Amino acid sequence: MEKQEFSPGPVVRKTGRLYDNLEKETKKVKLIIDGREVEASEGMNILEAAHAAGIEIPSLCYLRRINEIGACRVCLVEVEMKGMRTLQASCAYPVSEELVVHTSSPRVRRVRKTMVELLLSDHHRECTTCIRNLNCELQNIADNLGIRNIKYTGEKKAIPVQNQNSFIVRDYNKCIKCRRCEAICSKVQEVNVYSAINRGYDTVIAPAFMQDLSQVACITCGQCVIACPTASLTEKECIDSVWEALEDPDKYVVVQTAPSIQVTLGEVFGYPVGTVVTGKLVASLRRLGFDKVFSTDFTADLTIMEEAHELLERLEKQHRLPLLSSCSPGWVKFAEHFYPEFLENLSTCKSPHEMFGALTKTYFAEKEGLDPEKIVVVAIMPCTAKKFEASRPEMGTGNLKDVDWVLTTRELARMIRQAGINFRNLPDEDYDTPMGIASGAGAIFGSTGGVIEAAVRTAYYLTSGQELDILNYEELRGFSGLKEAWVELKGRPIKVAIAHGTGNARILMDRLKAGEKFDYAEIMACPGGCVGGGGQPIFGTREHKEISLDYRHNRADALDRIDYSKELRRAHENPAVKKIYEDFLGHPLSDISKKLLHTYYTPRGALPGFKMGGTKGGYAGRGEGNAPPHDSREIKGDEQFVKNHPAV
Amino acid sequence: MKIRNIEDLIAVKEKHYPLIKQRLGHRNGLGLTQIMVCSGTACTSSESQAIRKKLEQELDKHGLKENVRVFKTGCFGFCQRGPIVMVHPGEIFYCQVKPEDVKELVEAHLVKGQLVRRLLFQDENTGKRTPSKDDIHFFKAQKRIVLRNCGLINPEEIGEYIARDGYFALADVILNKRPDEVIDIISKSGLRGRGGAGFPTGKKWEITVAQEENPKYVVCNADEGDPGAFMDRSILEGDPHSVLEAMTIATYCIGANQGYIYVRAEYPVAVERLEIAIEQAREIGLLGNGLFGSAFDFDIELCFGAGAFVCGEETALLHSIMGQRGEPRPRPPYPAQEGLWGKPTLINNVETLASVPVILREGWEWYREYGTATSKGTKVFSLAGKIRNTGLIEVPMGTSLRTVVFDIGGGITGGRRFKAVQTGGPSGGCIPEQFLDLPIDYENLKEIGSIMGSGGMIVMSEDNCMVDLARFYLEFAQDESCGRCTPCRIGTKRLLEILKRITEGQGKMEDLRILEELSFDIRDASLCGLGQTAPNPVLSTLRYFKDEYIAHVRDKTCPAGVCEALLDLRIDEEKCIACGLCAKACAVGAISGAPKQPYRIDPEKCVRCSACVARCPRKAILRGAGREAAINGKAGIFTGAGSPENRPAL
Repeated sequence: MEKQEFSPGPVVRKTGRLYDNLEKETKKVKLIIDGREVEASEGMNILEAAHAAGIEIPSLCYLRRINEIGACRVCLVEVEMKGMRTLQASCAYPVSEELVVHTSSPRVRRVRKTMVELLLSDHHRECTTCIRNLNCELQNIADNLGIRNIKYTGEKKAIPVQNQNSFIVRDYNKCIKCRRCEAICSKVQEVNVYSAINRGYDTVIAPAFMQDLSQVACITCGQCVIACPTASLTEKECIDSVWEALEDPDKYVVVQTAPSIQVTLGEVFGYPVGTVVTGKLVASLRRLGFDKVFSTDFTADLTIMEEAHELLERLEKQHRLPLLSSCSPGWVKFAEHFYPEFLENLSTCKSPHEMFGALTKTYFAEKEGLDPEKIVVVAIMPCTAKKFEASRPEMGTGNLKDVDWVLTTRELARMIRQAGINFRNLPDEDYDTPMGIASGAGAIFGSTGGVIEAAVRTAYYLTSGQELDILNYEELRGFSGLKEAWVELKGRPIKVAIAHGTGNARILMDRLKAGEKFDYAEIMACPGGCVGGGGQPIFGTREHKEISLDYRHNRADALDRIDYSKELRRAHENPAVKKIYEDFLGHPLSDISKKLLHTYYTPRGALPGFKMGGTKGGYAGRGEGNAPPHDSREIKGDEQFVKNHPAV
Repeated sequence: MKIRNIEDLIAVKEKHYPLIKQRLGHRNGLGLTQIMVCSGTACTSSESQAIRKKLEQELDKHGLKENVRVFKTGCFGFCQRGPIVMVHPGEIFYCQVKPEDVKELVEAHLVKGQLVRRLLFQDENTGKRTPSKDDIHFFKAQKRIVLRNCGLINPEEIGEYIARDGYFALADVILNKRPDEVIDIISKSGLRGRGGAGFPTGKKWEITVAQEENPKYVVCNADEGDPGAFMDRSILEGDPHSVLEAMTIATYCIGANQGYIYVRAEYPVAVERLEIAIEQAREIGLLGNGLFGSAFDFDIELCFGAGAFVCGEETALLHSIMGQRGEPRPRPPYPAQEGLWGKPTLINNVETLASVPVILREGWEWYREYGTATSKGTKVFSLAGKIRNTGLIEVPMGTSLRTVVFDIGGGITGGRRFKAVQTGGPSGGCIPEQFLDLPIDYENLKEIGSIMGSGGMIVMSEDNCMVDLARFYLEFAQDESCGRCTPCRIGTKRLLEILKRITEGQGKMEDLRILEELSFDIRDASLCGLGQTAPNPVLSTLRYFKDEYIAHVRDKTCPAGVCEALLDLRIDEEKCIACGLCAKACAVGAISGAPKQPYRIDPEKCVRCSACVARCPRKAILRGAGREAAINGKAGIFTGAGSPENRPAL
């Protein structure tokens, strides 16, 4: 696959002008950085040009093409120019011919140090007990600049930590106002949850009126958490609850891992981005004490079976088209907030890990003769939105939640460290059967375009009875923000679209609203799909810091490699899937599968905290086996969560 | 009627000229008496509109309506003596008129033809009363170019502006000149941006023209925010059309069709006048489509600022117009390259624009005659603080501070000594006595650690504590910081905290070094002008008044007797008459004494509430370093002031 510049989509604008691809701007300029002549492309900024020439300028607020606001003032450099009295933010200063720049003059070093000291003077410096200890950009910069004492003393923020919801914890006292969360939320995701409130020293970056994230139209995707350089934004940890379950001899603890975990977990343990560590992942989970180690890829295959049949059924009846994928809980919540009129188009399929949970507590429990009450399902997910999803009241059967605990990739890594497991020395082990058998189609669920490709592989077989010769719809994958293609099914062309990042989803949805016709669309909330999920490892170590989102390519490539390496590449060939239909479910879209594997959605409105947004009306896309247990446009999921788990 | 050509314009001028001619001092047998009532914000808030209504009633009562007409007019600049009522012919200048004086004024002046002497201007030094405005030194010493129409015309009547040759420059530009010729004239005139930074105006227009992107926009920055500065407000209130005309010219020159005026919503009078002016200009075809029969279209929209100081910074202003949070962004790209909605945008300040029509009419050579080598023309300053004649003045660049403060300004109030003058508002610095004879221009002020700024001048006397002053300005800067960049958000907060410590007697000598170093770093590192200049008050006071800082830190005393925590209250034994009132006033029993013997204050018990100071009939209780207590604290702005509630008083 050709490597492309990562594009968050056509939605990132710089003072009103659309970004052009840097690669296309061939005009080169020569400038002098620290006495060395450096070549750079026109349109680059000094920081990028220096980076390309091997000169690292420290920065905190910079995120390429997403946040270039020159706010933290840590990347200051001296630009030699007549009349230039102040230092310039290299992240926002464009290169030009014969520009002379000093990145490390005494003046620059002194001022930089002052800036970081000032940030630290207003920062809760509890590094040793901080969740981002040793993985914090601020900490690294402070150390790199040799800050040993902070001469500025004075007022410090003391705002209570906001942890009322089930997915993201916000600690204002560690916020350095880099605005990366705000930028990614408003420019990439176009959800616009965060903005600056108040002025001067009292400025906070927060949802309107400093409400909790559960009270605003937050889609819980966690991109802000990934973007945060400190521990101001973190996932809601539930490690302790999982340890508790593992220690309880009465509990039978089943773990499932999402497709993308196998390509990202290694990063935490020093492997290069895009290393496949499936075997060690399984081995580490066994050593943590899980009774069964399964793979969510298995239910991804099942999702494909259900969704492909749903697609064919809707195509047949020509209603509720386009079919919109529903495996990304961030996207589902986005649709519930902003496009409630399209909820009936959403596939009624639960996301794969919820299907997994439902089957574990029914099919698997029955098969193994276990009491479903005693089964604890833990899901290792790349995602903070799955934490919210698991707390939705509709995601359960009777009193049992489908999935009890969702751990992000980062939390799993922490558990492995807590248990003292030497990850790099682990042997490679295989998933348990039967719910660990998966096809390559299941694996590519983890990156954008994967769902549609997998579903098309199966739908093609279902309609033609033949296997698809060319298995790689390359035009469907890749990283451009919004793609569309024609696929032939049953001799009839169907139009499919792929969007990742809800900013791109918004463009697609607005086109649908304007009357454009599609048949099938896959939408992932996070840029890059699950490989870019809000629960994935964060690069904040001294050795590894990212200033753009490009690294997500490498993770997606690794998922492709898993797919290529498999014998099984189509969901319908998966013997375990075949067996579960034979033994338990009957056939796709059967009554029992509708009851266990399908769900319904709730319109929430764009201003949920004000109880006035949203469209009136019923429960679109309701699964036939399910009836809504409550009538509400509020976020009941979280209230339920808090009630069930008062200790968290 | 629509003005389509120069003849139409001349016709309007001729219709309104007789009134103007009389106001200019011609006894032209108009058979009419005109009363001009100042309707600027300052006089309006001291009831000038009530005076105007009362005048109308009284005139009606005396049947003088036929022969006497009352007009609203803009600010005369002599705000200290407001409300001002001027009577033509004769240029009789009545000061501090109250609504209850109106009856007498009408009966004496208008009915009997006698001057009301007690309302005439009285010179404080000589005690002499002067009837005519032209004899008042405050006005004689000025050169009014930008303010030429303020106090002369009725700003709510476009015809009066035209009678003052208004819109003739525009007609000439559209009918006879190419844009590059106009820009050339502006460049040659040496006009520089009056908003603060002093960027050459012609150059700015040139850069905007050179951009290939279209459409382009013109923005008038009327977000005047410096405490104590009201130049732009007075121009908009007294002569709004000069700004509209200049914007139209600028728009024509850069090839745009849309203009915006970003004005503070706290300027309701200016906003109203602008609305009327725009409406009237549209009505007679001086705004809209096909001006003067050409193919040039132009219209203006008003945008209201909600009072953020930082929105005067051009990029923050643009964000605000576009409906975003008013925060600056890094430059380049400059607004001239990428401004409103990413399009090239020309941003000029009100005073800059108001200078443009007159330059075009009189020629650049004429304009260059005023000023210094690098700064041409005149500059409007607003005088505030401990100065006798607070108000608005206009002088040629290069006039010395001494002329402004002591000659035009009339010197310091209450017979105190001059200490410093703060130019450029919160972004400026304090200029001490030694520079009083320095000619005011952009370069000189920068040299001595201040800036021209928009033209606010706050005069301080020996009653002002310079540390407290720096603290006051830092508080302002911290309050008004947008919170985007680190140095301004946290840096100014830390500066403020250090200064607070010093004024509370908690300072250490090391603090002075940190104060200076941090100030330099904030200046070097901040994103926009607000942050870059915020430490100026600290740096300039540290530079010129370091001994005061040292007195606070080392000797724990405030020489000016302002910082409450450092007050050292003592009783002047010679003045004390042993009445015992102070001892009764003291809530903590710190004062003791016996009949016929001077009283004493026990410093251990004293909580420095100053209740005794207020009570003493002989002003025998001293504060600070042994000076007489400054009871007239409320007259000054910085006497222990500085908290936000005192700010509107500026």
